[in-house]
Amino acid sequence: MGALFRSEEMSLCQLFIQPEAAYTTVAELGEIGIAQFRDLNPELSAFQRKFTAEVRRCDEMERKVNYIKKELIKDGMEVKDLFYNLPPVPNPREFIDLEALFEKTENEILELSENFNQLLQNFQELTELRYVLERTQSFFSEHVSNYEGSKAEEAGETQQLGFVAGVIEREKVLGFERILWRISRGNVFLRHADIETPFTDPKTGREHHKNVFVAFFQGDQLKTRVKKVCAGYHASLYPCPNNYEERDDMLKGVMTRLQDLTMVINQTKDQRQRVLVSVSKDLPKWIIIVKKIKAIYHTMNLFNIDVSGKCLIGECWIPTNDLHLVQSALTNGSNVVGSTVPSFMNVIATNENPPTFNRTNRFTQGFQNLIDAFGVANYREANPALYTIITFPFLFAIMFGDLGHGIIMFLFGLWMVTSEKKLLMQKSKNEIWNIFFGGRYIILLMGFFSMYTGLIYNDCFSKTMNIFGSSWKIAYNESTIMNNTEGQLQLNPSDDSLVEGRTYPFGLDPAWMLATNKIIFLNSFKMKVSIIFGVVHMIFGVIMSVVNYNHFRRRSSIILEFLPQILFLVLLFAYMVFMMFWKWFRFSPKSQPPYSPGCAPSVLIYFINMMLFGENKYPDGCEEYMFPYQQEVQLYFVIIALLCIPWMLLGKPLFIMCTGGNKGHGDHGDEPMSEIWIHQAIHTIEYVLNTISHTASYLRLWALSLAHAQLSEVLWGMVLNIGLTQSLYVGGAILFPIFGAWAVLTLAILVMMEGLSAFLHTLRLHWVEFMSKFYTGTGYIFAPFHFKTILNEEED
Amino acid sequence: MGALPFIIFTAIFGVIGIVLPIVAPKGPNRGIVQCVLILTGATCWLFWLCCYMAQMNPLIGPKLHQNTILIMAREWGNQLPVNPEPHH
Repeated sequence: MGALFRSEEMSLCQLFIQPEAAYTTVAELGEIGIAQFRDLNPELSAFQRKFTAEVRRCDEMERKVNYIKKELIKDGMEVKDLFYNLPPVPNPREFIDLEALFEKTENEILELSENFNQLLQNFQELTELRYVLERTQSFFSEHVSNYEGSKAEEAGETQQLGFVAGVIEREKVLGFERILWRISRGNVFLRHADIETPFTDPKTGREHHKNVFVAFFQGDQLKTRVKKVCAGYHASLYPCPNNYEERDDMLKGVMTRLQDLTMVINQTKDQRQRVLVSVSKDLPKWIIIVKKIKAIYHTMNLFNIDVSGKCLIGECWIPTNDLHLVQSALTNGSNVVGSTVPSFMNVIATNENPPTFNRTNRFTQGFQNLIDAFGVANYREANPALYTIITFPFLFAIMFGDLGHGIIMFLFGLWMVTSEKKLLMQKSKNEIWNIFFGGRYIILLMGFFSMYTGLIYNDCFSKTMNIFGSSWKIAYNESTIMNNTEGQLQLNPSDDSLVEGRTYPFGLDPAWMLATNKIIFLNSFKMKVSIIFGVVHMIFGVIMSVVNYNHFRRRSSIILEFLPQILFLVLLFAYMVFMMFWKWFRFSPKSQPPYSPGCAPSVLIYFINMMLFGENKYPDGCEEYMFPYQQEVQLYFVIIALLCIPWMLLGKPLFIMCTGGNKGHGDHGDEPMSEIWIHQAIHTIEYVLNTISHTASYLRLWALSLAHAQLSEVLWGMVLNIGLTQSLYVGGAILFPIFGAWAVLTLAILVMMEGLSAFLHTLRLHWVEFMSKFYTGTGYIFAPFHFKTILNEEED
Repeated sequence: MGALPFIIFTAIFGVIGIVLPIVAPKGPNRGIVQCVLILTGATCWLFWLCCYMAQMNPLIGPKLHQNTILIMAREWGNQLPVNPEPHH
């Protein structure tokens, strides 16, 4: 059958590859991406495998490449990711050259960086010295005058005042001063001044503000103490000469040295820049090449060595339709290396469970993801994703039905789909955007069907349209209308209120949408629609189980399990659907009893009474039943349906017992009979209860549709209506922001929030109500060795 | 009742759901296209049918405001029946 109906056939193959051709062959297979390799050495640890040394070399290369990339980013150069024209894997000889190139580049960059940092450090020290020399000028001139003054007073004091000069961080100055005061008992004199320009630490890159300080003290003891404090506060001390001329000379020398140093720093920076620029062009390619090589060696570690040691054996799952591609990959691999002995592959028969592979294109990928999120299908099981393409957007649209909101959603999906290529290039990391973009086709279809159901519900931003002309006309005359005390009148279909012989041809009549009692009509209509679609969806699900029984050669299950299940569902719930259609068809406003509106029964009450074998109450002049022989028909239906229950319970286990026990049946092969009985009892109870519970569960289609319509109406009535009913020109100005508020709320609440809510409920309906009727979903997904997947994964 | 809308819409969705799948383009995705068309035709037709049949024989009528009734009478084409002359 066509794609997506069930998963593809898989073959287990053994590849016999010559060791010298192994690398190129695996590279070819990685490019195509259709083989899932199995680990043939599970008992070995990562270090005991054959190609561990190569993997380690790859790790080294990756480290070097990452270092170079970091240095490039530090210098502000961009490293772009490659998305197309991905480079192929180099052969082993080029691989060694590449290794040497990486080594050389890394060493060069390391050396240059170290030198550069050293130079910056020197530059900083010299700058600090310069500031010390400049600022202390003012301190010393004051000090000299003070000193002169005090010297005149105390002739006996001949001790020189010692001092230390240096630079300390601004935040530490106050603490520094306090400690000095304490340790010297007030005998240390500290002067400090701000340095305006901050210093950048070359290692960390952070900025610090620093101050110049000079500390004056007497005696050597204090000197040692002061020096210790300076060391504790990481203050750098600089030798500062006492008198002015020496300081001036020193300052001039420092300035020249600073100039020279600046020149050297700039030259070093230029050289580093040149090296990095020359590397930056090739770096993205190298990153990809290194990742590919590492992936190849990891895969080769899964291989086994042949007994004779002459070739490598690999086992892999390959889709049967792609076997020829693998064959050509093997031949290409051998040809590239020029090997004389060809590699060959061998398909082996196996009882093991193959992986599930659904070949999807970008349209079907989204829907397949929805199903796989619940559970990956068993091998060759019927794939529900094929039907989900339409049923999912349609059930969503029943809940979301609004023409205006549908248009918005459709346009959003259309934009994403038409600018697909451009948006794919952007490779955004935003998770939420990626989720929306991944579901672009789903959103497109949801919007399209929402427009259709919006037209049927005759609801566009909570307003209705009269396209074909209403089928209701006013039968009252003017005085009745004007003299009416309640302000409302109800049109009676039994009178002249209906246009003769005509129903509104497409959708709900606009007269209904203007009515104050429209909810009564809509509830009845939407509830019936929900049950009708629910029963149809579930019958479809049960029928899908026949597809599986037929394929897996369990044809006995068709009679033992499918037939009672479908009979139970159809005889009870499809009969209820029939009653709904019959009531719509038979009872009409112009008919005589027993088919007049007064005699129309409640379908639900009839259903309940049918199950309970009870009687229906009916008003005078009407009949108990809707059509002749209904009582007999219902009796037979219920009896047969009740007989289906023991049929489901006993049929399969008895059959297994009679056909000689547990031989030859796939998943019940090794089970004892007691297990089979218990399983069958559970399945039967589950199925019977679920028919009722799931049918009621489909009423959420009605509930969400009602909520959406009401929210939409409230938003219009409470927000936009206020703007539209303003008078005068001021009203125009007020309308502008009110429209803005209405638009924002429409998008945020009605499109986004209701959309997500309806999406979730539709998903639940599919996963639980539909798929539980036939889906097992305990398979594992096909994960081939493909460079594209590996590279995309590592991007995250 | 008028069977004309019934015929028209069944024909439209019949073309979508029955005729188009037969002439679907050959290719690896033929099955998917056929399935999509059939399901679209079937679900849309069923939904339209439910809406049409629910309004075919209405058992109650809409309750309308005075203003709405007057506007409906004026804009949607049916003039109100004239008051009979009072005879006293």
